[in-house]
Amino acid sequence: MSDPQVAPRSTNLPEVMVKAESVYKAFGRNEVLRGIDFEVHKGQVACIIGPSGGGKSTFLRCINHLEKIDAGRLSVEGELIGYTQRGEKLHEMKDKEVAAQRRSIGMVFQRFNLFPHMTAAQNVMAGPVVVKKTNKGKAQERALDLLDTVGLGDRGDSYPMQLSGGQQQRVAIARALAMDPDLMLFDEPTSALDPELVGDVLDAMKNLASSGMTMIVVTHEVGFAREVGDVLAFIDQGIVADSGPPDELLSNPTSPRLREFLGKVL
Amino acid sequence: MAINEAPPSGERKERKAIEAVPVRHPGRWVGAAVIAVLLAMFVNSLVTNPNWGWSLIREWIFSEPILKGVGITIILTILAMIIGLVLGVMIAIMRLSPNPVLSSTAWAFVWVFRGTPVYVQLFLWGSVIALYQNISLGIPFGPEMITFDTKTLIPAFVAALLGLGLNEAAYMSEIVRAGILSVDEGQEEAATAVGMTRMQTLRVVVLPQAMRVIVPPTGNETISMLKTTSLVIAIPLSTELFFQAGVIGNRLFQPFPMAIMASIWYLALTSVLMVGQYYIERHYAKGALRDLPPTPIQKIRSRFGRRDAS
Repeated sequence: MSDPQVAPRSTNLPEVMVKAESVYKAFGRNEVLRGIDFEVHKGQVACIIGPSGGGKSTFLRCINHLEKIDAGRLSVEGELIGYTQRGEKLHEMKDKEVAAQRRSIGMVFQRFNLFPHMTAAQNVMAGPVVVKKTNKGKAQERALDLLDTVGLGDRGDSYPMQLSGGQQQRVAIARALAMDPDLMLFDEPTSALDPELVGDVLDAMKNLASSGMTMIVVTHEVGFAREVGDVLAFIDQGIVADSGPPDELLSNPTSPRLREFLGKVL
Repeated sequence: MAINEAPPSGERKERKAIEAVPVRHPGRWVGAAVIAVLLAMFVNSLVTNPNWGWSLIREWIFSEPILKGVGITIILTILAMIIGLVLGVMIAIMRLSPNPVLSSTAWAFVWVFRGTPVYVQLFLWGSVIALYQNISLGIPFGPEMITFDTKTLIPAFVAALLGLGLNEAAYMSEIVRAGILSVDEGQEEAATAVGMTRMQTLRVVVLPQAMRVIVPPTGNETISMLKTTSLVIAIPLSTELFFQAGVIGNRLFQPFPMAIMASIWYLALTSVLMVGQYYIERHYAKGALRDLPPTPIQKIRSRFGRRDAS
């Protein structure tokens, strides 16, 4: 196994955004994460690849506390996720505190999970209006702007059912951006899409990456990882089995497991 | 060999409508004929048998005590359903709460109020007046500060509301709970991911979607409630429709026509409720269906060949 720390691209890196230290998570007897070590710096795009069932989605869900970790430390911007440390002891956070923490972390799901009873614009507005108590007029203006940036400026009044999968996923990206997050998590954002719709979603993500957003992307799109990613991690059997700059890692994979995986995917 | 060559772009092939002999349904005609005969026999007996007492029904159906009774029945139904719905939603949310005190309290409430007959519950609420003559507010087991006379605090109407409303709440909470559980888990995750708390998620995301599952059985419950109000005779609350019909029937020694008259009223009221239910269901189908089903008026219009501009 190679060095679990993500290899830095340049020597003077900006501050650490996400830091995981030997993170463990089990569902019943099934140990899904078995000591994940991982670091993402501000402004980086980190891509995670690996076989299904390897723990990549579970790890991503731990980062915004959709899953509770069993052991280890997981922090975003220096703040522990889901716990407050007082002296030596960890205290579980209340529902409200966890919710406040999640505001700065956006998430995009494989199955979009748009709210079907709201229009595209209402989906994007929901977070700011309900959570941040933003004025409705302002929130709507912002929502339409965000929809415009993902190429859906004219679909604000459409219900999710009336949109294609690719359009729905772009609305979901706009919805996550509406909360002005510092970090965006993508859980296999293109896996549920028809092949010809994948490009639009990846384009929206590329734009986001070039705007300097810190992103962690669980994906099967190796091409995207190579083009946009600053770091690439290969998660297999609950650990970061290999990591490094995407080009290097994909061109000459050193670990046999990664080589085997790439042989199946590419 | 090409079976079907694609027409060149911009050119359309000729459209030939299919002309075929439709499938015949002789069974339908036979069935319709049998039913028509039976219906004619029944209508004949309605008209010719004097025991139906149509003249009596006509005389009393819009009389003052009956109209008042209809009013009380409607008010009881509306208020009991409001109590049932509000309390039912609260109990369903308590039941699904991670707090064990709340969830077991909710479970016990449903256990008691769903597990005993509503008629018996109504009787008991009526008897509370006899059981506790006074209700006092104060320190438990200690001195009393304010004392109420139960007869003034719980008149028959309030007893009826409590009996019907609490019983309904137990059923409604199960309906609401089923509705909440029917909403996809991803919805809750997406809502929490934008930073909503559990309560915000329920109010903004989960409950509006649960309504699609909650509304049809609630319409059913409302129709059922309208008829269940006739059981407040157990309290007894004497102003309600069926009680009044019974009083008049007994006075005239004609209970049967008066019961038919009450049935006509109940049927008329439930028919109105069914129309309301249709439109409420249509409202909550938003976002779940690509096109809303047509209203009956739109259906009739399209059948007669008139098309909406849209």
